[in-house]
Parts: sequence; structure tokens; C-alpha cells
Amino acid sequence: MRALRILLEKEFKQVFRDPAILRIIFMMPIVQLLVMPLAADYEVKNIKLCVVDFDRSSYSQKLVNKITATKYFRSVDYTDSYEKALTYVEKDEADLVLQIPSSFEKQLVKEDRATVFMALNAINGVKANLGGAYLRTIIGDFNEEVRLEWLQLPRLSPQPTIQVSAINWFNPLMNYQVFMVPGILVILVTMVGAFLSALNIVKEKEIGTIEQINVTPIRKYQFILGKLIPFWVLGLIILTIGLIISWAVYGIVPAGNVFTIYIFAAVYLLAVLGMGLLVSTFANTQQQAMLLSFFLMMIFILLGGLYTSIDSMPGWAQTFTKFNPVSYFIEVMRMVVLKGSGLYDIRNHLFIVFAFAVVLNSFAVWNYRKRS
Amino acid sequence: MNDDHAISVSQLTKRFGSFTAVDAITFNVKRGEIFGFLGANGAGKTTAMRMLCGLSFPTSGQATIAGFDLYRDAEKIKKNIGYMSQKFSLYEDLTIRENIRFYGGIYGLTDKQIKSKTDFMVDHLHLENQVDNLVKSLPLGWKQKLSFSVAMLHHPKIVFLDEPTGGVDPVTRREFWTMIYEAAHEGTTVFVTTHYMDEAEYCDRVSIMVDGRVDALDTPLELKRKFNAPSMEEVFIQLARKAKRSDN
Repeated sequence: MRALRILLEKEFKQVFRDPAILRIIFMMPIVQLLVMPLAADYEVKNIKLCVVDFDRSSYSQKLVNKITATKYFRSVDYTDSYEKALTYVEKDEADLVLQIPSSFEKQLVKEDRATVFMALNAINGVKANLGGAYLRTIIGDFNEEVRLEWLQLPRLSPQPTIQVSAINWFNPLMNYQVFMVPGILVILVTMVGAFLSALNIVKEKEIGTIEQINVTPIRKYQFILGKLIPFWVLGLIILTIGLIISWAVYGIVPAGNVFTIYIFAAVYLLAVLGMGLLVSTFANTQQQAMLLSFFLMMIFILLGGLYTSIDSMPGWAQTFTKFNPVSYFIEVMRMVVLKGSGLYDIRNHLFIVFAFAVVLNSFAVWNYRKRS
Repeated sequence: MNDDHAISVSQLTKRFGSFTAVDAITFNVKRGEIFGFLGANGAGKTTAMRMLCGLSFPTSGQATIAGFDLYRDAEKIKKNIGYMSQKFSLYEDLTIRENIRFYGGIYGLTDKQIKSKTDFMVDHLHLENQVDNLVKSLPLGWKQKLSFSVAMLHHPKIVFLDEPTGGVDPVTRREFWTMIYEAAHEGTTVFVTTHYMDEAEYCDRVSIMVDGRVDALDTPLELKRKFNAPSMEEVFIQLARKAKRSDN
């Protein structure tokens, strides 16, 4: 055990002597947590809308006013030429074209039904989809208002309407940040852990000190533990910084016990660090290690359920996420922070990630060769 | 197996694919001698040395180092040898004191032993003003002397030195060889590679590798007589000229 203590002493000295690592440890959580949740927002605002109004009636005015009164839409132009509207779309100056036919008001009054036409710029699929959906909702509301206006006198509506009233459990205000920040924190802990550990052993290979280690009687597991523990501690420090930022800046206080997060993170970090160490036993240069880790991280993060819901992924991708440690932590984070889940609720996640940790680290120890 | 032999190598071979880097070398190194391991660049010296240190698996052949079998007892061998690689490999971002503490600790020295070793080295290498400076700030000559001292920290039975004086000025080289003599005097077997032929003259015995084989092995005096050469340099050139493969 003395050898391990000596190794740890050396690793910690090196880590805290490296200004680049210190900067990463403190700057990365701050920048990522301050910038990303504000920028990576699902809520689409400022949809550029061009209205082609062939009707120019009071009802069409009312509809347009209702739409542009929301913060979601910004009117680009109010015109009576569809061609003109399309050039806006072509120049990417408009995301949506709403065309109101000339007989809009007449039809609405006389026949009790009217048609509007909506053209979407589908280059930005998310914007087009959400913009279309918002617009449909607003038009639906407008429809209701018109109906109420017309049907004030009769007690019974000719058409029954179903009113949906929804309650959002666990995130009552549908606050997007409450949902995103815990996920981003997971990504942060994962990236720092995986990159730092992957680069570390490879650095010793590059500068040649690993040869000097390999001629000593040090045991392989001691060496790997000596590399693992410092980054495990760093990962937990970053998690702590992240939790403090999400409390101080976003007012996010986990509904569940913070220690549940720490217990899971402690096991999870072992898995992530094991992966980093495994990468470093394969790579010979820091460049190789960096590219390999980057490749793995991209896949794990994009298929981790942070930006896109796992439930809507195709079957094969859903199967893959079962082998993706990142997806477990993101789920656990959201469970604990939003729902207040306890250790018992996340026990399966914990066991699975523990299994990852055992497999990845054993593989790393096995693949680390003192002799080539 | 002879008890007088610190290193005993028989038919040791290393192949990388179709390339035979070390071709069935056989030799013994006596306990306490300074053994010069010479050869042109690419002759296979470093590969052979890496096998003897347990850094590289032999393709075939036998070797006994400090009484232990190279295949079965590689980890026991490691307790008994010191190694100084061609590439400077102390931690540049640690101080001299910290490097000594690290390697001493790894070899199982106690805090007390480490402290007395540090004091001895500081005194011996005149590092009083540098001992708490980062190693990267040291000039090359001192780095090499420090590496050697660190390789000798745990009193190994054998020390392997791979071109320890490459790029070092003549005064420091002389000092370095004084250190080698001191180590040999205390009973450590020294296995050293070099390209400086004056250094070859300092060795008790010298082997010269050509194309992965040991082509000559004897005392410098005998070699010069055999090859009818005035200096080791001449011996080396005569042998190296036969080489078919050049620099890697």
C-alpha cells in the first residue's frame, strides 16, 4: 500500500502543478453551465413569420395580431404577394409563411369554416416543426374565440368541445433549465473524467517515464489505481462545483438527497475513468488518445438522452443506450433532481454502472502491459 | 548456471515480424564487472537491453538475470536491477527531492532511507541549491547524473545504462564514469551501451553487436590484439563495416 500512497502523492502533485488542468477543472464547469443551458434551449423563439393576407378583413387582422402578440413570432412582412413571401423564405429571412385566402372572413361568417395555408421552411426542422405547432395552437385558440363570439346566445354549442387542462408533474412550470442543467452536469463530469484519464497514461508513454515505471517492481493494479483515484477525486470536485453553480445561478435544488447523486457519481466515475484508462492503454500518443476519446464521447453524449429523448430513438439505438453509461447517469440525475428519487429507486442503474466499472477497469488493467 | 554470472544469456532472439532485431545472442556477464555493450545504430543493442530488463518479451532463447529466470521471475528481476533509458525519464514537473522520494518509495525504501539517500545524493552531486527545483530546470549533464543515481537508489545487483553519456560534455562524462566505477566498486554489475570508444576502453569487457549478433566479446586489450588495431575505435570500425543493415 505504500507504493500506492507514493504514486498518489506524485499524481496529485503533478495535477496541481499543471496550470492547464487546473484551468480546465474550474473553467469548464463554469462556462458550460453558464452558457449552454441558455443557448441550448428547445423553446423556439423569434420565429420569423411572413403573412400573406389576401383578405385584409377585420378577422384576418385579428388573427395576425393574435399571432404576433406572442413572443414566439416576429413579423417579417405583411404582404399580399405569395411570391414575395417565398423570396423571404429563399433568402432565409422567413421561417413560416401564413397565407390567408381572400374569402377568409366571408367563409368564416357565412359557412362557419375557413381555411388558412401555412408554408414552412423545413431547413431548420426543429424550428419549422415547433413553429408550425405553435401557429396551429394559436389558430385553434382564435377559432375558439370566434366560436364563442358567435355562439354567445344559444346555450348549447352545436359542436361539443373538449377542453384539455394539463398539469406538469415534477417540473410544474416546464422550466427547461431544470431539465437541461442536470444533464449538462453529467456531460461535464463525463468529459473531464474520460479525457484527463485517457491523456494521462499516454503522456507518460510519450515522455518515456512509463519505461522507468515498468522496470520497477510496481504492480499493475497499483499503477492503474494510482492513476484512477486522483481523477476520481477531481470528478467529484467538478460535480460539486457544478451543483453549486446550478443552485446559485438557476436555483436548482435537487428534490432528492444530494448524497444519492454523490453515491451514484462515485460509481459512475469509476466506469468513465476505466474507459479513459482503457483508451490510454491502446493509444501511443496523446493525439491518438484524444481522437479516440472524442469519437467515443460524441457517440455516448449524442445517444445519451440529453438532447434527444431515448424513447423516440429507433430500436437499435435504444438497445445501444443500454450499453451507454452516460444515459444512466443522465436518467439518474433527472430522477433525483426532479423527482426526488432515492437510492432504492436507482438501484438498477447503480448495479449496471457498477458492472461497467468492473468490466472496463479489469480490461484496462489486463491491457496495460509492463512488457511488450 | 554459474554463480559468478550476473547475467547469463543463451540464444536470445527477438523478431518483429520478418525482421530479426536480435539474432540468437549468447554471452555471460560476470558479477561486479563493467560490461560494455557496443554496436552501431540499429544493431539491436537497445532491443536486447529491453529484453534483459523485462520491458520486452523475447521471441526465443533463455536468460538469467541476477539469478532469476527472465520468463518466470520477471518481477523478481525488477527488484534487483536498475535501468537508465536512452530517453531522460525522471519527472520534469517534480523537484529533485520529489523524484528521489517517488522512485525510492516505489522500490520500497522507508522514509528514513529516502531521507538519508537524498542527503547523500545532494552532497555527492552538489545539488544543495537545486534539490527543491523542478528537474526540468537542470542542465543535461546533471540530469544524466541524477538519473543514474536514481537508478542506483535501491542498491540493485545490476544496473543497465542505455547510452548514458549521449550529448554530455567531456568533463561531465568523466565524472559520470567515476560514478560508474564507484558503483562497480561497491559490487554492482554495470551493463552499459555507448558510442564513445574512449568509454569502451574503460570497460572490463566489451561485446560488439553487428546486425543483431554479438560478433566479438573480450577485454578491450584482447580485442585490439585480435583485430590488430591500435584503438577500440579501429576495432569497432572493422566490425561495423561488415554490417548489412544500416540505421533501422
